[in-house]
Amino acid sequence: MSTRQTIRLTVNGKSYEREVEARLTLADFLRHELHLGGTHVGCEHGICGACTILIDGRSARACLTLAVQADGADIITVEGLRNRETGQLHPIQQAFVDAHGLQCGFCTPGFIMTTLELLGENPDPSDEEIKEALGGNLCRCTGYQSILDSVRLAARRLQSASAA
Amino acid sequence: MKPAPFDYHAPTSLADAVALLARLDGDGCDAKILAGGQSLMPMLAMRVARPDALVDLARVPGLDAIRLQDGHIAIGAMASKRAAELSELVREKQPLFHAATRLVGHQQIRNRGSVGGSFAHSDPASEYPAVALVLDMQMVAADPDGERVIPADEFFVTYMTTALEPGEILTEVRMPVLPTGSGWAIQEITRRNGDLALAGVALTLRLEAGRCTDARIAAFGVDATAVRLTAAEEALRGAVPNGESFARAGATAAAALADPMSCIHASADYRRHLVGTLIERALAEAAARAH
Repeated sequence: MSTRQTIRLTVNGKSYEREVEARLTLADFLRHELHLGGTHVGCEHGICGACTILIDGRSARACLTLAVQADGADIITVEGLRNRETGQLHPIQQAFVDAHGLQCGFCTPGFIMTTLELLGENPDPSDEEIKEALGGNLCRCTGYQSILDSVRLAARRLQSASAA
Repeated sequence: MKPAPFDYHAPTSLADAVALLARLDGDGCDAKILAGGQSLMPMLAMRVARPDALVDLARVPGLDAIRLQDGHIAIGAMASKRAAELSELVREKQPLFHAATRLVGHQQIRNRGSVGGSFAHSDPASEYPAVALVLDMQMVAADPDGERVIPADEFFVTYMTTALEPGEILTEVRMPVLPTGSGWAIQEITRRNGDLALAGVALTLRLEAGRCTDARIAAFGVDATAVRLTAAEEALRGAVPNGESFARAGATAAAALADPMSCIHASADYRRHLVGTLIERALAEAAARAH
């Protein structure tokens, strides 16, 4: 009932309580209040997908979500993917490295978070399904072919890991 | 590209929400409803909208149900588009609405964007208003005095404007189950998969004894609201469903478009051409399904 609100939420497994301005976007909250700079802010009106995160297990644009809307939510950002004990990159992150899925890297967190949801729902997507899923993310280096290769590689590795 | 300041309210019942809206309106406060936020947030970020207050419906229970009721599919206004997309009920009983939902934005948008939000936002390039006209959908709106049902052909007024009064909340949309034997299709041209349409058409088609007995056709992305294309519907009545009659219906619709929108991405003539071509394609697709 005012311009400031107290929110409680979980980000990458850690609980936070903060007072925020109602107009603060979740992307800016993650970057400026929690100092998690992996969630990139590109267009700030829902077109580019660089700010894609998972909210309660579902991909979402952090720039099109207010921090106050995330009260009570469970958030995963790209910082939450690396194995905390071993320090190893997540298989999707490693696949993007190995298949040259990143050029300048600005769009990469968004692509990786979108891929995380895609492969969680559909472990063996067709090229068409991958393209449709990635359709909401823009790469300003236009390195789409190697991003597609990276998702295919990640899918193969995750499948053989779960089969093992 | 940051929203201007606003007061934030998160009522926890529909009664509280409508009472709050009435009070804010009485105080001369410009309040906007926040549903999924996927259309409102860009407007706030670009400051096209600068409301004094947002009323977030996320904590109002019971607005996200998807159910079959009295032969209609009723979708709560706060149901996410992703929920509508994944609903077996919607996919089986009203495949046109299912297909339209799959064309709205990208999965990241559909995960959070609400079904009701799109109807209330009433973007002329969005798929839902055209589908609402084709299916003769009904919109349920609540205010402190109760609820009223608004038919789709009265609901969409002009660009981003609906028949909803300032204190009203859209609570549910209702659509008939697709009759057996009806064909349907939705086709659009976008600059990028998932973006708003430069032009699109949605239609249903009924065939009996080798003739078209009924067609309902609407276009989106061409005018201030979605438009019914009655001349093309008439042109089909009694026609043998084939490439020739479908092309004639498309040409009739294109000729009947009074003054299509024009912008840097698509001229009025190009939009007119798209509508004709899309109708031809969509009718062929619908006819193949009409058995």
